[in-house]
Amino acid sequence: MMNALLRFGAAALAVVSLASIAATVDAPIKPQPLKSGLDFSGNEVRDLQQDDFANPGMLWVARGEKLWQEPAGEERKSCASCHGDAPVTMKGVATRYPLIDPGTARLMNIEGRIQQCRERRQHAEPLKYESPELLALTSYVAHQSRGMPLNVSIDWQNRHNFDAGRALYFKRLGQANLSCAQCHQDNWGKKLGPETISQGHGVAYPIYRLDWQTMGSLHRRFRSCLSGVRAELLPQGAPEFLDLELYLAARSQGMAIETPGVRR
Amino acid sequence: MTARIQAPSTAKRGEVIEVRIAIQHTMETGFRVDEAGRPIPKNVVNKLVCRYNGTEVFRAEMGSGVSANPYLDFFTVADASGELVFDWIDDEGTTGSERVTLTVS
Repeated sequence: MMNALLRFGAAALAVVSLASIAATVDAPIKPQPLKSGLDFSGNEVRDLQQDDFANPGMLWVARGEKLWQEPAGEERKSCASCHGDAPVTMKGVATRYPLIDPGTARLMNIEGRIQQCRERRQHAEPLKYESPELLALTSYVAHQSRGMPLNVSIDWQNRHNFDAGRALYFKRLGQANLSCAQCHQDNWGKKLGPETISQGHGVAYPIYRLDWQTMGSLHRRFRSCLSGVRAELLPQGAPEFLDLELYLAARSQGMAIETPGVRR
Repeated sequence: MTARIQAPSTAKRGEVIEVRIAIQHTMETGFRVDEAGRPIPKNVVNKLVCRYNGTEVFRAEMGSGVSANPYLDFFTVADASGELVFDWIDDEGTTGSERVTLTVS
């Protein structure tokens, strides 16, 4: 009897470990074909994004360009003192984010990197997440990679973040009891009220949303979605959001960065 | 206030040129309330003037119906080399100014 139980236990363990191995080697589930949110927008919004002058997001990029040169903190160093000419040094950088910061072994997005630079190199006050200054710098950095394909690799270092992000993507949340996947994976292209549901890619962020009348980060968008399904809101920069950002980046692999995007 | 101006740097005499300006401004309507329910006072860029070598060529008076980060577009005739100077002011009294040079041949 005891023996039989033990054998059963061992077999069950083997099944569990096999299942977890299978779960870790899974790639993100991608919609086919990959479509940018711009493909679901009207002509007016598309024209606004594609005209580099009329695109209101370019105002944040211009502000970021100024801030890049501005010395800050006790060290009186600017971004440019270390990183030089952003169009050269920041080209392609945004395609690799979010990534694991070697120093802290934590997942970090562009906002997080800017904050870390301010804290450690410039010895300046951290910028508030979603503040106009941080949005401007993030937009400026991400804009240098516009048109370049997203290229995030999932390896042993960020695997657990990826798995957590994927779990969150498929987890039903809030009073509406909806997961990200139920709208953006299973029902993209269909109507939700007057809106067409997009595939939910994060490649154009930070974006200028006409609804917000201002620039907003990807984490602000996550919060809007959470509030849409009546779920509890997480703060911007939360580790759960970073994991989700990584999952989305892997899901959007190969799509061109559009920063600054314009959406309705 | 960040602003961007787009105008040709060179033009032929008598040529009609397009001038575009975008200003970063929240254009607070005065109809909104903050998280505590207090009304947010109206604050919009209410006047923008463009002078071409000292002569006023364009003026805009804006109100609460204009969306955030206003973008304006107008045409003028290039008749002499010089400067296009933009000045604007909002309800709080914050002023902004930008200029571009134009060479007419």
